[in-house]
Amino acid sequence: MSDTAGTGTVKTGLPRKNINEVVSAGIRRRYAAERRFRAYGLAAIGFAIFALTTLLVTIVGTGYSAFTQTMLELEITLYPQDIDPEGNRDPKVLSTANYQALVRQSLRDLFPEVTTRQERRRLNGLVSDGATFQVRRAVLDDPSIIGQRISILVPMSDDIDQFMKGHISAEVPESDRRVSDQEIAWLERLQDRNLVHRTFNWTFFTSGDSREPELAGIWGALVGSLLTMSVTLALAFPLAVATAIYLEEFAPKNRWTDLIEVNINNLAAVPSIVFGLLGLAVFLNFFGLPRSAPLVGGMVLALMTLPTIIIAARASIKAVPPWIREAALGLGASRMQVVFQHTLPLAMPGILTGTIIGMAQALGETAPLLMIGMIAFIVDIPQGVTDPATVLPVQVFLWSDAPERAFVERTSAAIMVLLSFLIVMNAFAIYLRKRFERRW
Amino acid sequence: MIKKTLALAAIATVAVAGSADARDQIRIVGSSTVYPFATTVAEQFGKTTDFKTPVIESTGSGGGLKLFCAGVGIEHPDVTNASRAIKSSEIETCKKNGVTNITEVKIGYDGIVVANSKAGPRMELTLDQLFLALAKQVPQGGKLVDNPYANWNEIDSSLPNAKIEVLGPPPTSGTRDAFVELAMEGGCKKVEGAKDLGLEKKACHAIREDGAFVEAGENDVLIVRKLEANPNAFGIFGYSFLDQNLDKVQGTLVTGVEPTFENIASGDYPISRSLYFYVKGAHAGTIPGIKEYLAEFTSEKAWGPEGYLADKGLVPMPDAEREQYRADAANLTTNVE
Repeated sequence: MSDTAGTGTVKTGLPRKNINEVVSAGIRRRYAAERRFRAYGLAAIGFAIFALTTLLVTIVGTGYSAFTQTMLELEITLYPQDIDPEGNRDPKVLSTANYQALVRQSLRDLFPEVTTRQERRRLNGLVSDGATFQVRRAVLDDPSIIGQRISILVPMSDDIDQFMKGHISAEVPESDRRVSDQEIAWLERLQDRNLVHRTFNWTFFTSGDSREPELAGIWGALVGSLLTMSVTLALAFPLAVATAIYLEEFAPKNRWTDLIEVNINNLAAVPSIVFGLLGLAVFLNFFGLPRSAPLVGGMVLALMTLPTIIIAARASIKAVPPWIREAALGLGASRMQVVFQHTLPLAMPGILTGTIIGMAQALGETAPLLMIGMIAFIVDIPQGVTDPATVLPVQVFLWSDAPERAFVERTSAAIMVLLSFLIVMNAFAIYLRKRFERRW
Repeated sequence: MIKKTLALAAIATVAVAGSADARDQIRIVGSSTVYPFATTVAEQFGKTTDFKTPVIESTGSGGGLKLFCAGVGIEHPDVTNASRAIKSSEIETCKKNGVTNITEVKIGYDGIVVANSKAGPRMELTLDQLFLALAKQVPQGGKLVDNPYANWNEIDSSLPNAKIEVLGPPPTSGTRDAFVELAMEGGCKKVEGAKDLGLEKKACHAIREDGAFVEAGENDVLIVRKLEANPNAFGIFGYSFLDQNLDKVQGTLVTGVEPTFENIASGDYPISRSLYFYVKGAHAGTIPGIKEYLAEFTSEKAWGPEGYLADKGLVPMPDAEREQYRADAANLTTNVE
């Protein structure tokens, strides 16, 4: 101790009471500082929870109604002379028959008083265009029903559906409403006859994109996401793990490896659109791979995910205690054996967590896909990695821009599906980590 | 590791096989304004024929024409949608890359509306008032000054005493292109003394950047939502979005004409533009379904006055014009040179 002013005062001997006061004031300050720090922490967590809840409540609040759909129970007589005049059940004839006329006829049977052209048009607008295709599919699946009177549940048009869900108010003047007074009157009569039902919206989970909200589904985008992610995983994981092992366990420490390390860290910070441009220039223009394909999407996203996985993998390989390696070497294991039998299994939980975080990031990416043509209207469900496909976040983006009111709830519903997908992936990461984690 | 190597090899094989395949699906790119109409036709086409549903990318008119003109072959798109006519520079690029047999098909009209929330007052504007409210520089006292108008009533005392606050599309959007060409340029011509100060044609296109005009992104749905939240603000977007949201927003009368389906079709509403698509004739023989797709698009049940595109907000062309473009599409007449 040097004799500074502070120690000097103690030496001269202040009264005991004073020392006590100084000390206890110091302790009080320290406790107060700790309490403040805890309060900051709580406030930060509180704010995060508040923001998250607001987000979830908004999304679920607007999106939950998309999981149901207003359906109309229609009785349709399948007149053989209309569908199959020859009577030989030729599938070609069956598939081109005018089913629309049958659907319209059955609507007209419900309201025989509707005669003018204008009114009929409006009446036909009550049910979705999908009804026609539904009847067609029913006939093609089982031609023996021709000639019978079948009862079939068909989706009602998006405006009617929105009206039934209360998203279109009957209060506003008729001219400003997309559902007219007459349509409401028809709807009430159908309800009186107990023909209008609200059912679970299976279409949303089983079909591809559509311009008619009541026929639009996310299955196409979901399959596209799965295909794209498989390609990304198959490319990024082995490459990244191999890179990490080499850099950590085998590579000499010199300028070259330093340069590589700096570059990997830089790559992790490159904006994703740049990878899209690279994909366009290299994979599409140079290698001539097909546009809009999950294969190219997966390759671009793999490039984007690589640095994330490499960094995570290197960190977890580094975290394996050195005495594990030394013990194995001491027992005569080769360096290969040390890496693949000891280090890698112990580092695996960390590597897998890093991989899944990288994949989750890739799952939510849209910007690089814009360049390679995956932001597109695609109706057919992709059957393989070279078929045109789109992915979940792109579907959210496309629907959010659609003018029809009914796409608002579907956008939120698609976000819910995307979030569930992410939660499942993250839960899987946690499970893997708990399963393989080793403590010492 | 061996398994993964095999997986990689498999992917590489698929990649090679995939790219060697001929394309059996129509590929369409282009304008985001035409996108809702083209996708509707594509879906109908896919459902009612044995052909695959065409893939449609929304790239913007300029981006679409760039891809379209890049060459002939399966890796290039067959059709591009545009919310403006093809430029001569683009025709040149096309020619240079061997794309010569191009058919232009006009599909109808689209109105651009200036709208506000139903909670606010219904406005009536003339084109010169619109210009004065939004231009970067306006003539005042014989010279050009930075736009001094903060409130509507400073432009004309008959307008309400409210802050000028307009949400509109960014310069990359075709809607913006059409708006500045039709509304700003049209208004410019009517402002006294503007021409003498050099304000004509392109010079009139500059929109103020002092906060009174807010670029709200390409998403028109978002603009409608913002208008709902802020009754003082006005928004600029396509007619189909007004049509779908008439219970929430109202269209401003421009030069005394209300933006309605009938007024846009008759040409009375001043801010309306034509929508097009362009077809690569050289592809019609190699890619299956192009002729059938064109037939579907140009059929009365699609683009006619009572067709399904009219339900989606497309304003149809007069009978004679429809007939002419239908014939062009059916014969793949080269009408762009």
